[in-house]
Amino acid sequence: MTTTGRYVPLVLERRDDETTPASGGAAPDAATAPAVFDLDGLEVHYGEYRAVRDVDLRIAEHQITAFIGPSGCGKTTVLRCLNRMNDLIPGCRVGGSIRYHGVDLMGEDVDPVEVRRRIGMVFQKPNPFPKSIYDNVAFGPKIGGVRDRGTLDGIVEDALRKAALWEEVKDRLRKSALSLSGGQQQRLCIARTIAVQPEVVLMDEPCSALDPIATARIEDLMQQLKADYTIVIVTHNMQQAARVSDRTAFFTAEVSTAGDTRTGVLVEFDATDKIFSNPGDERTENYVTGRFG
Amino acid sequence: MEAGFRGLTVLAGLVVLAILGLIAWSTTSQAWDAFASQGLGFFTSSDWNPNQGRFGALAFIYGTVVISVIALVFAVPVSLGIALFVSEAAPPRVQTAIGYVIDLLAAIPSVVYGLWGVLVLAPVIGKSFFTAGVILGVMITPIVTSISREVLRTVPRAQREAALALGATRWETIRAAVLPWAKGGLVGAVMLGLGRAMGETIAAALVIGSSPQITLAIFGSGDSAAAVIVNQFGEAAGTHRSALIGLGVVLFLLTIGVNGAARAVVHRSEQAAGAV
Repeated sequence: MTTTGRYVPLVLERRDDETTPASGGAAPDAATAPAVFDLDGLEVHYGEYRAVRDVDLRIAEHQITAFIGPSGCGKTTVLRCLNRMNDLIPGCRVGGSIRYHGVDLMGEDVDPVEVRRRIGMVFQKPNPFPKSIYDNVAFGPKIGGVRDRGTLDGIVEDALRKAALWEEVKDRLRKSALSLSGGQQQRLCIARTIAVQPEVVLMDEPCSALDPIATARIEDLMQQLKADYTIVIVTHNMQQAARVSDRTAFFTAEVSTAGDTRTGVLVEFDATDKIFSNPGDERTENYVTGRFG
Repeated sequence: MEAGFRGLTVLAGLVVLAILGLIAWSTTSQAWDAFASQGLGFFTSSDWNPNQGRFGALAFIYGTVVISVIALVFAVPVSLGIALFVSEAAPPRVQTAIGYVIDLLAAIPSVVYGLWGVLVLAPVIGKSFFTAGVILGVMITPIVTSISREVLRTVPRAQREAALALGATRWETIRAAVLPWAKGGLVGAVMLGLGRAMGETIAAALVIGSSPQITLAIFGSGDSAAAVIVNQFGEAAGTHRSALIGLGVVLFLLTIGVNGAARAVVHRSEQAAGAV
């Protein structure tokens, strides 16, 4: 484990102790479901440039929350704040507060490595390591300290089953991950993420490089994963947000009065049904009905 | 237009092969006198005595290999360390600064390194295999570093982020995502450095001690193929001259052999990793 004396472990309420939603049933009420993330006045700067401002958001447990909006509206930037991936970008500063189960995610005593173990991420383009299928999935558990071969085998199989990939790859686990199709690679990346047993899975346009059939499989998969994980997905595809998510946040880009910079703002955050059928803001309505963006 | 471009590139490709073939042919034919008179002894004997017409090159080949290995032992860890620091850990401003310095060092003529060896290193540790190896190691470090850095830069950000998002530390990310991706190119960088070390004449000739012997005493003096060529070629004639050219042919073959072996290693490890 990489936690050193300088860091205090994140306080994490175990999900076993909490009310688990009936799987397959109606989405839990967002007002009563425990919050995983609480964003308050979040803003992100890249150098002098302000990319996002004033984002207030409460992301509930065991729900799929979708971020939608036109290009440059800051939805990916906000997503990458949730597991501190923006730390890696030179000149990036995050202001405001992000609370994860009540703990300040950006606190000085919080170890970003530990944050990313609990909050996994699936990227826009499938990015398996140039290693075998098995080694891709086993990587996370291995660096987490799992050494026993049998235990690793079990974790790998379990993760691949959950990612609906096991049947397709069980006879060629030693083959290169790069020999898989794009859709399979993306499911492998999901398996790799859940093999670490995170609590949250962040997905940054996970289907944008995939064909419709592979996309449908990933969407099915998300519905199944919802029982165990909290999912936040950024998508360009409004139909996808409408199909898979429980709640949707609509972002847009505000152009400055001088017209030279764009800053992302959160316009509206509500139940997905409401966002798509009866949005409260005119900008949202224009976007979801295709009049803008 | 398309056909013209095609013809031009094919021609360029053929020129490379032609030059290679020409070098191989002209050196081998000029060395033939020595090969014919010495037979296999040229490669298996270490008795090099121009006055009596005996030319056994084994000690020179041995010396070349030994100083190249010593050079790599010093240069590879240092070069990879610098390259990794610059590409993975250093803040942008430091990256640029170190980049400039490295490129500058790579441009220093080898005779300067050789003189530094003669004036600074040799008085302390004497003229020996080790001295020559260290000088060559210092000499090839900038070029190996520079190429390694370029190779590491080609690792996609997505690969690094994949590892980091799984809770990997920087070091774990380097091990899991960066090095496997860059492996082929890094081996190439080392091979280029090795090629330079094997063929380096002046710096080695100045500090190796010029006494051909096969010994494990790396702090004793020795000689290398490239060094003996530069030391003796001026006054050589006849079979002696031919034998020195023969040493050139041997260096040529050594380089080809090492390159081939390196390629095979990379290819096999890539297949094992399945990155085909």
